[in-house]
Amino acid sequence: MSANLPERRSPDQRVDPDELLARMRREEARARRGRLKIFFGAAPGVGKSYAMLEAARKLAAEHVDIVVGYVELHGRADTERLLEGLEVLPPQRLDHRGVTLTEFDVDAALKRHPRVVCVDELAHSNHAGARHPKRWMDVEELLVAGIDVYTTVNVQHIESLNDVVAQITGVHVRETVPDRVFDAADEVELVDLPPDELLQRLREGKVYASEKTGQALTSFFRKGNLIALRELALRTTADRVDAALRAYREDHAIVETWAAGERVLVCIGPDPLSERVVRAARRLATALHAGWIAVYVETPALTRLPRAARDRVLANLKLAETLGAETANLSGESVAGELIAYARRRNVSKIILGKPSRPRWHDRLRPSLVDEIARQSGAIDVYVISGEAGEQTTQPRRIPRRTSPWQAYARSAAVVVAITLLCELLYAYVELTNLVMLYLLGTVYVAARIGRGPSALVAVLSVCLFDFLFVPPIYSFAVSDAQYLITFGVMLATGLVISHFAARGKRQAAVARARERRTNELYALSRELALSRNVDELGRIVIRHILADIDGEAAVLLPDAHGHLLDPEHFCTRGAATANATRYPVPGNDLGIAQWAYDHRQKAGRNTDTLASADAIYLPLNALKRCIGVIGLRPADPSRLDAPEQMQLIESFVNQAAVAMERVQLAETAQAAGVEIESEKMRNALLSSISHDFRTPLASIIGATSTLLDESPGGIDAAQRKTLLGAVFDEANRLHRLVDNLLDLTRLTAGKLALKRQWVPLEEIVGAVLHRLHAALVGRKISVDIPADLPLLHVDEVMLGQLLFNLVDNAQKYTPAGSAIEIAASVQRGEIVVSVRDHGPGVPAGEEERVFDKFQRGHAEGAQSGFGLGLSIAKAIVEAHGGEIRARNYSTDHGGGAEFRFSLPLAAQPPA
Amino acid sequence: MNANGPRATVLVIEDDPQIARFLATALDAHGYALHVAANGHDGLREAALRQPDIVIVDLGLPDISGLEVITRLREWFTRSIIVLSARNRETDKVGALDLGADDYLTKPFGIGELLARLRVAERHRAKNENADPEARIEAGDLVIDLAARRVQRDGADVHLTPIEYRLLAALARHRGKVLTHRQLLTEVWGAAHVESPHYLRIYLRALRHKIEADPAQPKHLLTEVGVGYRFADD
Repeated sequence: MSANLPERRSPDQRVDPDELLARMRREEARARRGRLKIFFGAAPGVGKSYAMLEAARKLAAEHVDIVVGYVELHGRADTERLLEGLEVLPPQRLDHRGVTLTEFDVDAALKRHPRVVCVDELAHSNHAGARHPKRWMDVEELLVAGIDVYTTVNVQHIESLNDVVAQITGVHVRETVPDRVFDAADEVELVDLPPDELLQRLREGKVYASEKTGQALTSFFRKGNLIALRELALRTTADRVDAALRAYREDHAIVETWAAGERVLVCIGPDPLSERVVRAARRLATALHAGWIAVYVETPALTRLPRAARDRVLANLKLAETLGAETANLSGESVAGELIAYARRRNVSKIILGKPSRPRWHDRLRPSLVDEIARQSGAIDVYVISGEAGEQTTQPRRIPRRTSPWQAYARSAAVVVAITLLCELLYAYVELTNLVMLYLLGTVYVAARIGRGPSALVAVLSVCLFDFLFVPPIYSFAVSDAQYLITFGVMLATGLVISHFAARGKRQAAVARARERRTNELYALSRELALSRNVDELGRIVIRHILADIDGEAAVLLPDAHGHLLDPEHFCTRGAATANATRYPVPGNDLGIAQWAYDHRQKAGRNTDTLASADAIYLPLNALKRCIGVIGLRPADPSRLDAPEQMQLIESFVNQAAVAMERVQLAETAQAAGVEIESEKMRNALLSSISHDFRTPLASIIGATSTLLDESPGGIDAAQRKTLLGAVFDEANRLHRLVDNLLDLTRLTAGKLALKRQWVPLEEIVGAVLHRLHAALVGRKISVDIPADLPLLHVDEVMLGQLLFNLVDNAQKYTPAGSAIEIAASVQRGEIVVSVRDHGPGVPAGEEERVFDKFQRGHAEGAQSGFGLGLSIAKAIVEAHGGEIRARNYSTDHGGGAEFRFSLPLAAQPPA
Repeated sequence: MNANGPRATVLVIEDDPQIARFLATALDAHGYALHVAANGHDGLREAALRQPDIVIVDLGLPDISGLEVITRLREWFTRSIIVLSARNRETDKVGALDLGADDYLTKPFGIGELLARLRVAERHRAKNENADPEARIEAGDLVIDLAARRVQRDGADVHLTPIEYRLLAALARHRGKVLTHRQLLTEVWGAAHVESPHYLRIYLRALRHKIEADPAQPKHLLTEVGVGYRFADD
C-alpha cells in the first residue's frame, strides 16, 4: 500500500499549523475515547454476532479484560456456544405494562469498566424507561468513558442508506444508526456471506426460528435483494477504507491529490420532500468527501406556518445533524437571496434543492425557488432533487388570522362600498381621475390594516365598481373611451403592488417585533446579570427570566465540592421566583438526570435525546472553562418546549447565566487571592518588625556578656562589670516583654479566643496592675479615681489586667520620668468608661487611630524600648469584650498629654 | 549565709539545664543544700531519698506532668512545694495550688522573687513544726489579734463582719502565700460555695475599703490576677 502513497512534502513545505492542531486534537480525542469496532453485514444472519464473539474469545484468550454486554441470540445455538467462558453482564430488566423486557445495562457496564464490551445490534431502539432512546447512544457513553466497544450493524440500518435499502427491498427499517457514528468507528470489519449461502442458512433455520423463516424468505430475503444489499455493504466498507486512507494522508502531511474545499449546502423546507433531499445531500457529500451544511431560511411568510410544518422543518434539521451536517438557521426576506449569500460566504461549491411538485401555471406566474437560485448561483452548481409522483405534498397551511378570513373580506368590501358612496357624492364635483385616487386610498388602507388578500380584493372590486358606476356609459362594464382601459390597468396594477408591499411591510414588522422581543429579553437579562455579584442571586435572576417567558417551575442545581449536584431547596414557580418560594421536591430520578447533564455537559430530560421521559428538562450551565451547575425547568405546558425559538431563547438565557456565574466565581477566587496577598504582606511586615526588635536586645546581651567573659589582662573593673550586667538584665527583660506581647497577640488574633468572663471589681485589677508595675512607677504620682459603687465588670480578668497593664506601661514609657498618670472610671450611657491619662508629649496629631495598628509607636524613632504591639493588643482585648478604645490628646491649656479611653458594655449584675 | 543553723534542703525538679544551673548557683550562694532532678520520675525518687524541706517543680516536665508530680508527692510529702510555670497558664497555676502546691513562680523570675518564696516556705515549715498557732499578726499599720478576733488599723479598731474577719484571718494565717479562689471560698464559706467566686470579690473589696489606705493601690491584700489573693509579706 505504501507504494501507492504520494510523496512526502519537502522540508520547506511546512505543515499548516491549523491542520497540525486539528490532527493533534484528533489524536488526543482518540486517546481518551474508547475505540469502536463494527462488525458490518449486508443482512441479518450473515454471522456478525458470531464473528464478534469469536473475536471476543480471541481477546479473552490473550487475557484482555473483555465482557459481553448484550447479545441477541435469536435462538442460534452455535452463537450461544461461543458465549461459554466469556463474562456476560446480566441485562437490565424493565417492566413495561406487565411485560418484562431486557435491555443492555449501560450503568453495569460503566461500573464494571472493562477494556472491551461487546454490544450486539447498534441500531436497536431501547424500550421506554431506558436511559437513552437508542442503543448507539449507550455505546457512545461507553466510548466517552474510555471503554472499547465491539458491536454489529447491518447495512440497512445506516441512516443515509436507509431509504436506498427501502427502495431495494420495499421494507422500511425504523431502527437506524446516524452515519457519523458509523463514520467515527475506528474499525469496520465486513462480515460477508454470499447470498446463496445465507439463503441456505436461512432455510436450515439457523437465522430465525422456523415459523418466521417462510415469511422472511418471501419478503426481505429474496436473492435479488441480498445481492443488492451485499453490494451496498461492500461499497460502504470500501468508502470507509478510502476515508481511512485520506485521514492517514492528512495525518502524515501528504499532499492531497484532489481539489480541496468541496462543500455541499442543502436547503431544507417544511415539505416532506426535504427528508429525501437531506439524505441525497449526505450521499453526495460523502461521495465528494466534502463537508455539508443544512440550512433553513425563515422568511416572514414561513413564520406563519402551522406547527406541524414547523415540526417537520425541525425534524429535517435534526436528521441532517444526525447525518453529520452542520446546520444553520437563516432569516430574511428572500429564500434564494439569503441562501446564495450564505453559500458564497461559506465557500459552498454545490447547492442541493428539492423541487416540490406544483401546478405548472404556478411556475409561469412566479419563478420557483429553483429558478431563482439557478439564476443567482453563478459558479455554484445547483442540484435539484425531484419529488416522486405518488408522494403527497401537503402545502403549508396558512395560520388562521385573528379575525377569520371571511370577516376580513367583508370588512374590505365594506371599505369599497363606503368609498363608492363617497364617490357618488363627489361625482358631480370632481374629475374621474380623482375618484381613482380615492379608490387607491382604500386599497392602501386595507393593505395596511387588514392584509394582502383583502387588499387585492379591494383593488379588483374598485376597478369593477369604478368602471360600472362612474365611467361612461354608466351602469355598464362597457367603456366608451379606450383610454379608460389604461386607467383600469394602472389602477389595478398600482392597487396590487401597494397591497403586496403594504402586507410585506406588515409581516416584516411582525418578524422584527418578535426578534426585538427576544433581543429585549436577552438584554434585560444580561443587564440584571451584570449587576449581581453572587452566584445564588444570578441563579434566581435567570430563573425569574425563564419563568417570565414560560410558565412552570424551575430550579438551579449547584454542585458541592466533589461535583455532586445538591438537591435545590425548591423549584420556583413564576409567582414565587423571588421570595418565599413553595417547596417542590426534585424527584430522585430527576436529580440523577440533572447529574448526568452536569457530568456530560449536555442537556437531558424532556425534549432531549437523554431520558426524554422526564417531566423536566435539565440544561447544563456550561461556561468557558467548566460546567457551573444545572438549570431544571418543568414547564406547566410541556409542548411549549417544542417550539425551536422557545428552546433557543431559554438556552440563550442559560448560556448567559453560565457566563455570568463563571465571571462571579472567578472574581471571588481573585478576591480571595487578593486577601491572601494582603495578609501575607502583613505577616512579612510583622516578621521584619519582630526580627528587628529581637536583634537589638540580643546584640546588647551578647556584646555585654562576651566582654564579661573576656579574661585578657587589664580587663574591666568592678564598676564596669556592674554596668554591663545591668545592661544584660534590662535587655533580657525587654526580650521578655516582647515575647509576652507576641504571645498575647497570637492568642488574640488566632480567632478561637474564649473569654473566661468573671465578675470582677475594676479596682482589684487596677491594684494588681499597679503592683506589677510598681518598680517602673517609682517617683510618679499615680491617682486612681474609681467610684466605690462602680458596678462589677463581667470580663476575662487576666485579659483586662493585660489591657490595663499595657495602657499604664505605655503611659510610663512614653512620658518624662516623674510626670503624673491618672486612671479614672465612670458609668456613662450604659457603659463603663475607663481612661488612662498621662502628661507627656501626647499622640502625634492625626495618628490617634493609627497608634492601635500593629508595629506603630508614638514616635517614629523613639529611644524608648518596647514594641509597638502593646496598643494593638489593648485594642484587640477591648474589642473581644464588645467595647471600643480611642486615643486623644489634651491641649496644653488643659495640661497636655494623651488619654486612652476604653468603654465596656455594662452587664446585668450577678445575684448578690 | 544565715547563722540560724543549717539552711533548708531544696529539691529542684526541672528539665531545662540552664535554669537548673542558674538555680543551683543562686541557691548554693545563699546557703541552701540543693538536689536536682531532670524529670518527674527522678524527682519523685529523689524526694523520697533526700527528704527535702522544699520541692521546686516545673509544670512542663518531659515524662509526667508537674501536676501529677504534685499529686503523687502530696500522698506523703507535707512540706512546701513551689511551682514554676509560664505566664498565660493561670489555669495550670490554680490547678497546681488546688492540688496542694504552696506557691508559684512565673518564669522568667529573678533571684529576689525566688528567695522571697523560699523565705515564706521556710517560715511555714518552722510554724508547722512548732505546731503553735500564731496569736497575733502584725503587718505595717495593721494588727490582727487572732485570739481576740480583733483587727486594728493605726491603733484604732476596725469593725469587720464575721465573713470579712474570717477572710482576713485566712489570708493572714498564710501570710505571703497565695490562696486560690477555691481555697478561700472553701475555707470561709464552705465547700458548697466554690462556684460563686463573685461573693469572694465583693467581700474582698469591702475588706480593702476598711483596712487599706487606698483600696486601688493595696498594701496588704494583693490580687494575683487569675489565680487568687495573697496577704503581703513584708
